[in-house]
Amino acid sequence: MEQILTTAARLAALKASIARIGQPARTAGTTLPFGVAAVDARLPGGGLALGALHEVGGGGADIEHGAAAALLIAGILARRPGPVLWLLERPDLFAPALDAAGLRADRVIYAEAGKPAAVLQGMEEGLRHPGLAGVAGELSGRLTLTASRRLQLAAESSGTLCFALRRSRRHDDPMLAEPTAAVTRWRVAALPSPPVLAHAPQTPGLARPRWRLDLLRCRGGEPASWIMEATDATGHLGLPADLADRPAAAPPERRRAAAG
Amino acid sequence: MPPPDKPLVTALHDGRRQAVAAADRVARSLGLTPGMPLAQAQALVPGLAVVPAEPEADARGLEELAAWCLRYAPLTAPDQPAGIWIDATGCAHLFGGKSAMPASGESTMLAAGEAAVPAAGEAAMLASGEAAMLASGEAAMLADIVARLAQGGIAAQAAIADTPGGAWAVARYGGPSFAGTAVTVVPAGDTAVALCPLPVAALRLDAATAAGLVRLGFDRIGQVLQAPRAPLALRFGQALTRRLDQALGRVSEPIEPIAPPGMVAAHVAFPEPLLTPEALSTVIARLTVLVCAELERRGQGARRLDLRFERVDRTQQAICIGTARPSRRPAHLARLLNEQLERIDPGLGIEAMRLVARLTEPLAFGQPRGDLIGGEDAGADVSVLVDRLVNRLGARKVYRAAPVESDVPERSVRRIGPLSPPARTRWPPALPRPTRLLHPPQPVEALAMLPDHPPAQFTWRRRKHRIRRADGPERIGGEWWKHDRERSAMRDYWQVEDEDGRRFWLYRSGDAVDPATGDLRWFLHGVF
Repeated sequence: MEQILTTAARLAALKASIARIGQPARTAGTTLPFGVAAVDARLPGGGLALGALHEVGGGGADIEHGAAAALLIAGILARRPGPVLWLLERPDLFAPALDAAGLRADRVIYAEAGKPAAVLQGMEEGLRHPGLAGVAGELSGRLTLTASRRLQLAAESSGTLCFALRRSRRHDDPMLAEPTAAVTRWRVAALPSPPVLAHAPQTPGLARPRWRLDLLRCRGGEPASWIMEATDATGHLGLPADLADRPAAAPPERRRAAAG
Repeated sequence: MPPPDKPLVTALHDGRRQAVAAADRVARSLGLTPGMPLAQAQALVPGLAVVPAEPEADARGLEELAAWCLRYAPLTAPDQPAGIWIDATGCAHLFGGKSAMPASGESTMLAAGEAAVPAAGEAAMLASGEAAMLASGEAAMLADIVARLAQGGIAAQAAIADTPGGAWAVARYGGPSFAGTAVTVVPAGDTAVALCPLPVAALRLDAATAAGLVRLGFDRIGQVLQAPRAPLALRFGQALTRRLDQALGRVSEPIEPIAPPGMVAAHVAFPEPLLTPEALSTVIARLTVLVCAELERRGQGARRLDLRFERVDRTQQAICIGTARPSRRPAHLARLLNEQLERIDPGLGIEAMRLVARLTEPLAFGQPRGDLIGGEDAGADVSVLVDRLVNRLGARKVYRAAPVESDVPERSVRRIGPLSPPARTRWPPALPRPTRLLHPPQPVEALAMLPDHPPAQFTWRRRKHRIRRADGPERIGGEWWKHDRERSAMRDYWQVEDEDGRRFWLYRSGDAVDPATGDLRWFLHGVF
């Protein structure tokens, strides 16, 4: 028994020292909670790590436009103070939609970089600049381990939230599954929304969009997925009312070491 | 001075008699040419206004004009008697074009000209620009030059080409698209094509050579280019082949740029020519400190900085940077300059460098001078970041979005400068607007009951989307005050959700009752 205890204590000490090596010391308040307990509970630190690179991509056919992913990012950045740098490859982002997600147009500086390499360069430039709320870069190309590590280090140095919005013309692009140095990787896919009025399903109209939010990778955490209501006017996600009382989609899968 | 629609010439005594020295556009259209005896001109055009020519004053005026042109590019020079060279390499991006990184700094000049008679003057301006620049920035720059000179009463023609000779020819004798415009941009690499149809005089030849060529049947430059070189060189001397080579960029043609008085500048010459970018960076750091100290003394901040490099082979190259707000932080300015350093081809070495604050604005004293990277005071100032992005991507590529009070979605957003004051209006919050707006709207095949039902399904890129739910229509009318044909145009927008839950923004052109409002085709305009 004593043997087991010491093993456990030793393990905890080792884990702590690994955490210290792996990432710079985080003090309290270095995460941004989603404000949804079910999601925050699954994230280390109780929210999205600030000063870190996060990958977000669309699901299914939306991987090309990343429309929902852009809204998710806008909603998160809307809840941080300060200006936002948004790097584009081509100007197809429609500013009123970001404004409707709570990210005021006055706060966003767009930079049309044209090429993925220039987007990466611009992202790093923004991350090295202190005082931004966040940097979002839309990338249709590859995000290599080296490039993502550069972004991650730059984000750590300034404490700026960084998002790589991954886009691709192919629905199941293997490029998007390649490992990167990002702290988390998210996938946002649209789900059929419920009727506007539950008691009268034939009523025309559209309810709040519904998303399937997948946390595919998370440093120091486990993958998970949720059904959420899309970003509202203040940048918050919501838990669907008809699902709120049920347990989160499925019990957390046990991850085997070999499957990591 | 007569009104501009009356003919005007200047007269000069050529030793034997009074002769016409220069004629304005109206006078030339009446058949008066420089060199003609004044008595003959006055006989041809009764009531001709004649003013005595002042060549020295004209030359001084041209130099002043060349100094004024420094607002556009770091290297300018007067081309007596009626032209100004402007080396526009790497400068058009500050006028909204995109600056690409050129592989090598080919010889690049632009010349502008002013008439011998300042007020009645004709001016030809020529430019030769960097191969890799987008034409939009160049055209915008030339148009700006011509418009501003026109305000000063100077009729100018401007052209930009790869070589000084090419720009000279095209500005004075017209390019391929020279349909009455004063601005010609010869696309990179097309100089030879643009020169071929021009008369041989466009090669900057002396009158005897030009006349000799015409006598031999060479009317156009293209014919000269096709002829064997050796006999031509034998007959007309090296001047002809040199002009040809200069126009085509086979030999470089340095210009002797003017040094404007009164500008904040710093100059360093080296005992040994410098070659490596590291050495040049060190000098940049020194020069920026010198210039910033002088700017601080004057209470000014730099908006445009030019850095000129004098190469061992007597040619000059330059880079220019702009800042969104006046600045005199050496570290910031040095960093912006260093990012452009890859444009410079040191050749056999750089002998001297000169940093000029071409455009300055008042800046309050006591700006905290912090280290840029990680400096505590740099945090709040986004202009530092904006400067870097603008100098890398181009001025039009960095912007903020601002609302426009227009119901037409594609017109409801305009771009404003990244540091503009906040917009006072907002978009109406209740209307659904897609995250991605497709431009132009994509035509789709849709099945819908007329007039007021949402589509039941639509096909986009050969994929069929069955629609489960929809919201709409939102009717948007054409803006008849903008275009006459929008008088009755109408769009009915629907936000639809397909079986997978993806939401699209579709519209039907027309209200489905009155055919004048639209042809009932369906378009996909956005993705939610």
